[in-house]
Amino acid sequence: MKRVGGRLLLLGVVVVLSIVFFLPSYPALYGRLPAWAKSVLPNKGITLGLDLQGGIHLVLQVDEDRAVEIAVDRAVNAVQELLTEKKLVVESVKRVQPTQIRFAFQSTDTKSQIQKLVDDAFPTFAETTATETVLEYELRDSEIKRIKESAVNQALETIRNRIDQFGVAEPLIQRQGLKEIVVQLPGVKDPKRAKALIKETALLEFKMLDEASKLALELPQRVPKGKEADVLKEFEGKIPEGDEILFEKLVDKDTGRESRVPYLVRKRVMLAGDVLSDARVSIGQFNEPYVSVTFDGRGAREFERITSENVKKRMAIVLDNTVYSAPVIQERIGGGRAQITGSFTTQEANDLAIVLRAGALPAPLKIIQDLTVGPSLGKDSIEKGIRSTLFAGALVVFFMAFYYRLSGVIADFALALNLVCLIGSLAGLNATLTLPGIAGIILTIGMGVDSNVLIFERIREELRQNKPVRLAVDSGYDKAILTIVDSHVTTLITGLALFLFGTGPIKGFAVTLCLGIAINLFTALVGTKVVFDIANRRKVEQLSI
Amino acid sequence: MIEILGKTNIDFMGKRYLAFVFSGVMILLGLLALVQIWRGAANLGIDFAGGTAVQLKFDDPIRIEDARKVLESRGVRDAELQEFTQDNKLLIRVKAATTIEEKIADRVVAVFNTEFPQNRFVVDSSTEIGPTVGLKLQQDALIAILISFAGIILYIAARFEFRFGIAAAIATFHDVLAVLGLFYVLDKEITLLVVTALLTLAGYSLTDTVVVFDRIRENLRARRRDRIETIINNGVNQVLSRTIVTSLTVVLVLIPLTLAGGEMLHDFSLALLVGVIVGTYSSVFVASPILVIWPGSEGRLLKRG
Repeated sequence: MKRVGGRLLLLGVVVVLSIVFFLPSYPALYGRLPAWAKSVLPNKGITLGLDLQGGIHLVLQVDEDRAVEIAVDRAVNAVQELLTEKKLVVESVKRVQPTQIRFAFQSTDTKSQIQKLVDDAFPTFAETTATETVLEYELRDSEIKRIKESAVNQALETIRNRIDQFGVAEPLIQRQGLKEIVVQLPGVKDPKRAKALIKETALLEFKMLDEASKLALELPQRVPKGKEADVLKEFEGKIPEGDEILFEKLVDKDTGRESRVPYLVRKRVMLAGDVLSDARVSIGQFNEPYVSVTFDGRGAREFERITSENVKKRMAIVLDNTVYSAPVIQERIGGGRAQITGSFTTQEANDLAIVLRAGALPAPLKIIQDLTVGPSLGKDSIEKGIRSTLFAGALVVFFMAFYYRLSGVIADFALALNLVCLIGSLAGLNATLTLPGIAGIILTIGMGVDSNVLIFERIREELRQNKPVRLAVDSGYDKAILTIVDSHVTTLITGLALFLFGTGPIKGFAVTLCLGIAINLFTALVGTKVVFDIANRRKVEQLSI
Repeated sequence: MIEILGKTNIDFMGKRYLAFVFSGVMILLGLLALVQIWRGAANLGIDFAGGTAVQLKFDDPIRIEDARKVLESRGVRDAELQEFTQDNKLLIRVKAATTIEEKIADRVVAVFNTEFPQNRFVVDSSTEIGPTVGLKLQQDALIAILISFAGIILYIAARFEFRFGIAAAIATFHDVLAVLGLFYVLDKEITLLVVTALLTLAGYSLTDTVVVFDRIRENLRARRRDRIETIINNGVNQVLSRTIVTSLTVVLVLIPLTLAGGEMLHDFSLALLVGVIVGTYSSVFVASPILVIWPGSEGRLLKRG
């Protein structure tokens, strides 16, 4: 007589645990639980993958080289300001290579002064060339490495801030490899908007227009969208040193037609977005949305100084090299507030406020992978997948019961146990269920059925040799189990290799496969056997198999 | 007791040469497909090749010729179109020649918006993958597969004999190649999901082969005097009803999935369906005959558990 109590208890515990872990994945039921139960029970279950619930999967690459260039550009700006402050006259200061700054000047007297200035204020640069009229500095390698490293981290942080404010349930934002960032946004309704929000560099700058140059008058009033390059080509070479041409985007309210207005803008950044403390959407008197920004203490003081020094001049508000507006400064502006107007919709204004609050990206991002699944496809595939899986499952259950009679019913019970445990443990691990994951489940169910078929066929063989039922069951089991273990372990090896070395969807497949195999072994060795052992206690003469 | 088969005694091993010819053709086809994939000439899904895929779901039926015409006239060239008529769905694929920055997906949507204003649609899915990502995915998948093969051969070699391991690996490889070859001939797109299906069937085929091997090992121990061909034939016959019942149940699962599982599951289930049939065949006609023509030293088996 075999003891079954312990094994029955084990089975019971496993089933209850599985159900407890699964509960949060089924909100209709979980939502009705009393609060005390929720506080004790796990609160996170299976997440559906993007292919099943719709959403966006993006892989972004940070343009690190550009981040370094930007850092060097900033240094050039800072140097220029220092030179003006110290009243040092130089011919030009500019970035030549991505990481080099070149000074051109006349007197050797200036040379030593520049050298002293750079050594004091910019220790991250090293002198590479020094002649009578030219000095060249290069950004040190350690600094380049630091900038690149922090560019990725900063981009990650900025994207996280933006997504948080955009409001997505359970986003996944993480670093992949050295310079890639993976962003997963499940269930997003407007993928285009979300993508724009992530990708926007959102570098806000206040720059002065160059109204003194004759060129400003020669620029065309307005050009059609797409003709920007022609304008730049036409005036190439004529642009004064330290100036650039930037465009404003205009949308005709009635026709929706877009056009561009070119401006001659001084390159020097008067104030940048890093001094903002807040950005909000407001509605103007003509019902048009605009973004009002608030500067922090330093920004407010700077803004007041700049506006007081430039009354009656035009200042351009530039975001990512696009002019939003170029108002004339009427008077000194105190209080640390400014308005960004432009032709945008309320939603665009809203998104602009979000990116301004979350801060600028340190460098542009490149999307290298973009998977977007609309919510309808996800729903379709779930419905069809579930319907046909249920139908298929019913076929198998019916077939087993028909072919193996009562024993087949036991196998069906094992199958159900298998599914419950598998789904329970997936929920317990907070796994994400994807289509390949479902493939893994189908394979393990197939293997689960196979284990029982193996056992039953072996028992039948023993019965054919006219062995008594109990003996036939025991020896059939013992013989079949070796085979089951061998076949499961081989497949487990495949699963482990795929888990360790596969990526993305293949990994998801491997997880369900490995879990499924372990659970299969358990249900075949413990689940089915315990039922037969109970049956054997009653000294069965005939086995329904 | 309901039985599909009673006690059988079919001479499987006697038909091995016929089987070898058949399998040889399938393997060649599979190898051809592999070479074409390697050359980039096969119908690789954009998850491997890189590129753009947009699936649209229309309110009214749309003619594929019209769709192609407007796409070409608006400068979206080399697009492959595929329709799922029952749901008025249209899948538009543009392979990697273009970079992702060109925003093909947006352009496609814009074209249909302006050219078919009366036929409204929703974007079911859109995928854009840079070519480098696809390449990395290919390499990762390949490494994972090679390592799992090495692991399998080692385990089976330890549990059985080295030749069993090799035979099982060949049979599994045979099945994967056969399905790959079939997909190549049918010009089906090889996507990441199809590769997952290939891995799944590799797992299934392996299980099936190990079950047969297990019985052969048992028989080798019990009846050492018989001819190797007879022992193997007996083993295969003894597990035949199990082999058929198991395959039948899996086929039962896969037929509804193939027919009604939706377009995302269709190719996947088809690959599995064919794979299960080939996997069952290969255990009997590929893996086992290899043991006949490579007898090895059976003494070793007796010492091992």
